[in-house]
Amino acid sequence: MSNVNSFPTSAKLLHWISAVLIICMLFIGVTMIQSLAVWQNSAIKLHQSFGLLVLILVFLRLTNRFFIKTPDFPSDLTYLQSLAAKSTQILLYALMIALPISGLLMRNAAGLPVSFFGAFDLPILVAEGIKTYSLYREMHGLIAWSLFGVIVLHISAALHHGLIRQDSVLPSMLFKFRSRK
Amino acid sequence: MSDNPRNPVNVKKRYALILFVMGIFVFGFLYAAGIFGDPGTTAQKFVNLQQGDKPHYSFRRAHAKGICLQGEFISNGSLAPFSTSEFFQRSTSPFIGRFSTAGANPLAPDLAAPVRSLALSFSSESGQRWRTAMNTPPVLAVRTPDEFYQQLVALTPDPATGKPDGRKVKEFFAAHPESAAFNQWKKDYIPTSSFATEQYHSINAFYLIDSQDNKHAVRWAAVPQADVQPMTSNMATGAPDALQAEAEQRLKHDVIRFDLMVSFANATDDENNATIIWPKERTTINAGTIIIDTVQAQSGGACNGINYDPLVLPTGMKATDDPILKARGSAYAESYRRRARESLLQKKDVGANQ
Repeated sequence: MSNVNSFPTSAKLLHWISAVLIICMLFIGVTMIQSLAVWQNSAIKLHQSFGLLVLILVFLRLTNRFFIKTPDFPSDLTYLQSLAAKSTQILLYALMIALPISGLLMRNAAGLPVSFFGAFDLPILVAEGIKTYSLYREMHGLIAWSLFGVIVLHISAALHHGLIRQDSVLPSMLFKFRSRK
Repeated sequence: MSDNPRNPVNVKKRYALILFVMGIFVFGFLYAAGIFGDPGTTAQKFVNLQQGDKPHYSFRRAHAKGICLQGEFISNGSLAPFSTSEFFQRSTSPFIGRFSTAGANPLAPDLAAPVRSLALSFSSESGQRWRTAMNTPPVLAVRTPDEFYQQLVALTPDPATGKPDGRKVKEFFAAHPESAAFNQWKKDYIPTSSFATEQYHSINAFYLIDSQDNKHAVRWAAVPQADVQPMTSNMATGAPDALQAEAEQRLKHDVIRFDLMVSFANATDDENNATIIWPKERTTINAGTIIIDTVQAQSGGACNGINYDPLVLPTGMKATDDPILKARGSAYAESYRRRARESLLQKKDVGANQ
């Protein structure tokens, strides 16, 4: 049992930066694959760079978890509820890691590197091949839609905790802007 | 906190609030994904139109018929003052390319196609890539992806006659006077008996970026070194793969060479408008020689896995804001995605053994 009821600022910052980035990336992703607009090519390039940034942030968060105390779930949650909460968290992390990696690999399979904001290119990890490309391309789409689905569950649950149950879960990830009592 | 008194009236309202907020979030995402309403001209609509009712699985949706080729580009270094690209220093870069003919049918006779193309994917030792997809016409008929879509609609064969509706075609070109240069080219163009004797154009303009970060708007063309030969009677009688066979035959005796001629825009040229031919007086530099030494069937060939997206550019080059150039990226990607999926799932149709 931990004796904290809130995440530390480091975890909150990482969570909210990732949240904004990932949701923007999902919306830009589904839009740009249809768009014929002049901004489309820049969007694709930024999508690749931000994808790598998100991946770095996920690993930072996982590392950070070793050093921080995380609040426990409220004691009145049923076994099933905490199981659902726990597995959603694990699924979120798994998808957040798999999504940028599938994107990186699909680009590599098309014979192209991923650039990080033009500063450097990541090494090419898989050989060029149209079938490999398809595998990672379709995975990238499926993972993106799955991640969106799990994010919907995640936000719904957070709002349920905050507005209906009114327990400690939602405030544990929110910044307190007013001075503490 | 959890010991707060819960107001049962509020709970209903709050459930409604959660539902409302999440509903907007989900709706917004589905809307962004183009699931509701008419998202306008998209990459998917373009490729749907190109492939028609019966797509040829595993083939490119445009320029479906082609032949893979390999060779090298010997740069003479004369573009080096204008671009920092490795490809334009004094160097030799290998490429994997493709000769192709326009249309969605991989079984169409070579000589029936109105447009021929040469696509090249250059690579450097340091991992730089440059891809270009060049066509025989030097210009486009229209300026924007929407107009280009309308052009394809107007040119789509009527299922009853198997030919485009002449009235629609006429109406389209009358409504688009900017198509004059394209139509003039079409009138004057005489197809030759070989892929090796055509001139292929970048059509869209690109920027070369020099070491001072200055941009130079250019277009390029692969200009053949070989002389035009008359059509042989064999070809004229309609061997369906006449051009592919000719290329194979030609390479038994000699390589195929093109000069890469790069033309620079002047201040009056609009690099974002691909409907206008730049005057012949524009500074044109011979950047080097494209040498093709082998061809191979595209099925299982080295070019088959390559998406010749002209927006794949090396350091030292940039895309202009030509709306059609920028649209090529996502349209090519959609075609690539579809045929890649069909290759993965091994979907076969009549053309699959070609």
